[in-house]
Amino acid sequence: MRARVLIRPKVGILDPQGEAVERALPALGFAGVANVHVGRLVELDVEDPAQLEGMCEKLLANPLVEDYEVQLLDGNAEHEAPRSASLPT
Amino acid sequence: MKFGVIQFPGSCDEVDALNAVKKVGDAELLWHGERDLKGADAIVVPGGFSYGDYLRAGAIARFAPVMEAVIDFANDGGLVLGICNGFQVLCEARLLPGALLVNANRRFTFRQLELEVLNSGGSFTQGCALDQRLSIPAKHSWGRYYADEETLAAMDRGGQIVLRYAPGENFNGSAHDIAGVSNERGNVFGLMPHPEHAVDELTGGSADGLKIFESMRLTVEGARV
Repeated sequence: MRARVLIRPKVGILDPQGEAVERALPALGFAGVANVHVGRLVELDVEDPAQLEGMCEKLLANPLVEDYEVQLLDGNAEHEAPRSASLPT
Repeated sequence: MKFGVIQFPGSCDEVDALNAVKKVGDAELLWHGERDLKGADAIVVPGGFSYGDYLRAGAIARFAPVMEAVIDFANDGGLVLGICNGFQVLCEARLLPGALLVNANRRFTFRQLELEVLNSGGSFTQGCALDQRLSIPAKHSWGRYYADEETLAAMDRGGQIVLRYAPGENFNGSAHDIAGVSNERGNVFGLMPHPEHAVDELTGGSADGLKIFESMRLTVEGARV
């Protein structure tokens, strides 16, 4: 089973990376950007998805300072089609 | 007494740490892949970038075979000092409360700092006076100490906040200006600044770092009497 783990800084904890990106976007002419946060993405194949919770608690995230979200990806698609090129303009 | 200094792939301050502790006792490097602490009376987990800081600083090193032995040693009351990346490793291993986050200024920063001793009765600072200032350098990108307010209040009551950045010195944005903390029992201590780089006035800006290692020697030898 393909799984994706999204790891984010906990709400309320200073996120200097997010702040830096938030300030950089207007400098490039992108207006109206707020609440930017930068996290981590881990994608993995697992035989037993029930173990994902333990993996997150013990290694993939630090629950003291990070929240995580596990997404199980449908099918056995090894490589999801890249979507960045097909966003509507 | 004998110090054991851990060496992970990516450690970079283990030789300075080894030379520093040799000023107060015997010392030996301990390779990360071995579980044997070789009879060490105290352990130093040094600075650097263990396992490339992959995932989070200290997250992978925590599972090194030698860390199993270090965790058992700490749980038996043995003295364990974590410096910089070593502090991050001890937090990840849950031997110390809290976590270290990216500096609030987002920059790798290298500075000689003034620290204040808030607890001079502990195993790592008994050679210091209360409120004494120590001049010790820090160099890191991920040194912002964080714990929730409830934890911080309990640590404060328990004397676990051992070192604080002097006014104006908290460049990384650490909660309550915390520079170094111990566990509840007082036998595990971590700090972001580098006492091993401040053991000689000619090269370290001061020799104040020696007070930490000397305190550890007093603790170990005092326990033997």
